[in-house]
Amino acid sequence: MKIILLIVIGLVGGVIGGMGMGGGTLLIPLLTLFAKMEQHSAQALNLIAFVPMSAVALAIHIKNKLVDFKQVLWIALPAVAAGVGASYLSKMTAAHSLSRYFGIFLVAIGIYQMTAAIIGIVKTVKKRKRELLTVPKAQPRKISGIL
Amino acid sequence: MKKITSILTRVGGGALIGLINGFFGGGGGMLCVPLLEKVLGVPTKKSHATAIMIILPISIASAVMYVLNGYADFSSTVIASVGVTVGGSIGALLLTKLKSVTVGIVFAALMIVAGLKLIIR
Repeated sequence: MKIILLIVIGLVGGVIGGMGMGGGTLLIPLLTLFAKMEQHSAQALNLIAFVPMSAVALAIHIKNKLVDFKQVLWIALPAVAAGVGASYLSKMTAAHSLSRYFGIFLVAIGIYQMTAAIIGIVKTVKKRKRELLTVPKAQPRKISGIL
Repeated sequence: MKKITSILTRVGGGALIGLINGFFGGGGGMLCVPLLEKVLGVPTKKSHATAIMIILPISIASAVMYVLNGYADFSSTVIASVGVTVGGSIGALLLTKLKSVTVGIVFAALMIVAGLKLIIR
């Protein structure tokens, strides 16, 4: 039973991750809320599961020349150092507190993504309106040109 | 001077990404993509691909730390990883068929609900 649950949770997290919507950030709460996994173990699972999946994706992206290597070094170097330090910090944090902080982080990125999506919709609607307005304006000019 | 500022932006951003990704065991990409796209002006598709290249070494280093600290449950990890890898391919295929704005709003709502559940639990 637990095996089926883990596969289903992995599938859901994977689908969301494959769509580039932050699968890991949803995989962790799915594991703690539904599979009753401890917060640190869920985080460890997500870190490990990310490696094979992203290695495959990276191979494709590098082949398609989508990786901007000149950006990587100066971001990745401090990031790895901070990542190791933060893993230690995470160990020092009790599971229930860590789970609560994670909840705050999730709500924050949820609100950020929601806002970004709504701004995107407003922009497309405005663009469409502008296109509708410019078409009739352009026509009379064309006719006067012919006349 | 301009070069120093741009390096400092990258170093500062990178440190923040590493901090989040190591502490929460994920989520660094949610910060890395906006840093590349909005702050450093990298095109959208390239930002997503480059973010993976940056998150991968952080995840490997953090994963080693978590394993050393005894948090890895290997049988669960292997089983869930199979699901994640298969799901990842399905997700990549679906992305071209579904309207991404609608999907974005649904997932944002899911994140808020899950987050609130974790906070009040």
